[in-house]
Amino acid sequence: MVDFTPVNLITGFLGSGKTTLLQRLLADPALADTAVLINEFGEVGLDHHLLGHIDETVVLLATGCLCCTIRGELSTAIKDLHSKRERGVVPAFRRLVVESSGLADPFPILSTVQADPVLRHHFRLGNVITTVDAVNGLGRPEAIKQVAVADRLVLTKTDLAPDYEALIAELHLLNPDAPLLRAAEQPIAAAMLFDDGAHSPLRAFPAAVEAPHGAVQSFVLRFDGALDWTMFGVWLTMLLNRHGEKVLRVKGILNVEGSDTPVAVHGVQHLVHPPKHMEGWPGADRRSRLVFIVEGLEPSSIERSLAAFSGHPIARSGPAATAAE
Amino acid sequence: MCGLCGVLGGGGDWTDAAARPGVYTRNVDSLQRRRERVNRVACAQKVLSFYGLVLTDWQASSFILSTLTGKSEIVDNLTHLWAAAEKLTGRPCDPLDPRLIDRLEATGG
Repeated sequence: MVDFTPVNLITGFLGSGKTTLLQRLLADPALADTAVLINEFGEVGLDHHLLGHIDETVVLLATGCLCCTIRGELSTAIKDLHSKRERGVVPAFRRLVVESSGLADPFPILSTVQADPVLRHHFRLGNVITTVDAVNGLGRPEAIKQVAVADRLVLTKTDLAPDYEALIAELHLLNPDAPLLRAAEQPIAAAMLFDDGAHSPLRAFPAAVEAPHGAVQSFVLRFDGALDWTMFGVWLTMLLNRHGEKVLRVKGILNVEGSDTPVAVHGVQHLVHPPKHMEGWPGADRRSRLVFIVEGLEPSSIERSLAAFSGHPIARSGPAATAAE
Repeated sequence: MCGLCGVLGGGGDWTDAAARPGVYTRNVDSLQRRRERVNRVACAQKVLSFYGLVLTDWQASSFILSTLTGKSEIVDNLTHLWAAAEKLTGRPCDPLDPRLIDRLEATGG
């Protein structure tokens, strides 16, 4: 079994506290076997952590963490780091954390890791961590997209914001599945962010309501009976081919014909993670369920389409269904 | 690499994970793999008929997608299938198209 190195992405809008979060994390001994790709050493202020320079783009921190700056293409930076690891120039890191720029759409970064013919044989996608600024909230479309793809949400600057309960409710509607951490109020350990939730069973499965956030909304489809995996593949590949950029996220567990245990699927826009056979069902409920976060697509037509392709009647959780549950 | 067309890589598409793990990824039980591919062609064909397209398996390694007039494309997997279908027909293949859904509902999916 090849040991793939997980790649975690830290994203979040400009000024939302990504670098501050990293600064806190870099002091954590749990990051000892981690390499961190950042835009600039200067921004993070590494001086007091520094153990030595390996070369002009890579430094070793006292905790054992490697810190590297990205010059040019991300894929080149990761390949360079991988090459250095194989040649023994840098310590053998077992995790890679990438800090993205605040305006970046997270999708191309995730896609780089999965689509690159070299990288995809050595790295796999881990959790995406998104920082959200409690003072400024979610103003821009980029910020909403970054929240939609998150596996962990970190709310920052809560000590500066008088009231952020409305923002928390909004985040829960946009991405009902991602645990929310409050950076100003609790210690944040690396394990809380990086432990693989990306492919794990969905946690408390939300009875999501359709979130009125512009054209972005989330909803849950549930259906009884075992699903034909191949027909589901036909449907989802067709949906993502035509509407991939509007499907900000699809995540769920499926009851599949021929398998006693559920299969977890997880996709971001055009990109679908390799599905995982889970060890067992998280509870007594054996229904398949899929959470969608979509932008500008009609939930009822997705529901009707999947029902027609799969031959299964489907229940969608919307405001009315939630009230009845 | 495919010796015929020189395509590097390939494989690794998410849809190749089957209900029974290893059908595509392990070099055992070729009969099972063939059966899975036949099922895949049959499933995709239910939808492709709507667009006047025909899918056939090619040597258990690729698929050939053809129009009724014989224009053809080689496709590796389901993810590539839809881009090829749109190219051959010159129109979008949209699973949310109500006419396609009506047709599938009428034929039982």
